[in-house]
Amino acid sequence: MRRVDEVSPDALEIDCEQVAAAIVSTLRHIVGRELRRQGAVLGLSGGIDSSVTAALCALAFGRERTVALLMPERESGETTLDLGLEVAEAIGIETVQEEITPILEAAGCYERRNDAVREVIPGFTAGWRWKIVLPPLLGSDAYRLYSIVAESPEGEQVTARLPAETYLAIVAATNFKQRVRKMLEYHHADRLNYAVVGTPNRLEYDQGFFVKIGDGAADVKPIAHLYKTQVYRLGAHLGIPEAVLARIPTTDTYSLPQTQDEFYFSLPYEKLDLCLYAHNHALPPESVAGSVGLSPADVARVFHDIEQKRRATRYLHLPPLLLGPVPEVPGTAAVTD
Amino acid sequence: MENFLLGDDLRTLPGDASLIEAGIIDSTGVLELVGFLERTYGLRIADHELVPENLDSIDRVVRFVESKRSASASG
Repeated sequence: MRRVDEVSPDALEIDCEQVAAAIVSTLRHIVGRELRRQGAVLGLSGGIDSSVTAALCALAFGRERTVALLMPERESGETTLDLGLEVAEAIGIETVQEEITPILEAAGCYERRNDAVREVIPGFTAGWRWKIVLPPLLGSDAYRLYSIVAESPEGEQVTARLPAETYLAIVAATNFKQRVRKMLEYHHADRLNYAVVGTPNRLEYDQGFFVKIGDGAADVKPIAHLYKTQVYRLGAHLGIPEAVLARIPTTDTYSLPQTQDEFYFSLPYEKLDLCLYAHNHALPPESVAGSVGLSPADVARVFHDIEQKRRATRYLHLPPLLLGPVPEVPGTAAVTD
Repeated sequence: MENFLLGDDLRTLPGDASLIEAGIIDSTGVLELVGFLERTYGLRIADHELVPENLDSIDRVVRFVESKRSASASG
């Protein structure tokens, strides 16, 4: 039997000092020379990715040229704003608070979304808490269809499978949150002649976990090549507050507590990182099964899910496509039939 | 299928081709397909029936719908 090399968690170890120095140097070059901007604006959520990116920007451009936007809305987690402030204070950067609830109300974000939810839960009102969930990936080859879990003010919990049109209506409405935040980031970047810095890690970027022209939009994405495990390592190295390092990644989009792996990813990030690493290196499921504590069959399901998400979200990564060549504009290519 | 194949020619898709692997449908597409089958044929598709064996090719969908309809007719 062929021996399969094991992928251990050590595979994701990095030299934090070296990685940080390389990012800082390249970031300074890209923003200063390529983009011709004089600093960085970014949204700071109090999560690990935006915290690490903010710290790297402060190193690259100086604290005085890094502006963090705190953009809570009425459904943000209770700790989101405080964590953002704590991180900004630890790094020593300027913050601008933009409460986005009035913009979201004016755009009909909550109303459109609640109308869509009422299509499957007629008694749903603004007092209910809710979230969208996927069934577990492991142990089954069944398709994973989104369901809504809603809890009435009296504590009664209802679960219902979402029809496609309802699911799309809910996503389209909640995407206002990411898009309004990005609009404000570009407003401040325009005002200051700074670049907008995006904060996705490799898992999010690769697997399309972002809103097009929302959190997916940015001038530069400094940590998109780093696995989330590596972002945490870098966070500890850069002195990100313990409260952020210890926080479970959330979507901070729905009113019931929701982890990212419940909504989108198939596994907690530590395990998914290792599976993604193995898959990216064309290693078989057996190579990582022991390290992540799963059967090879379940790892194969994870690999399959990774590929399926890449296919499904390819459109999110694409720029506007042209139908004929414009060679005078670098970086553009026409699509031919 | 017209929704999923906008810009493609339906005649080029073999009946046994995997709709997921061929990139014809994604997870939202499965939601759409299930909703379409339930509405059009008056079916109720249970969670345990949401498997590739029933839905991941045109031939499989045809077989699945026929078996559901004959089961409900005889029941």
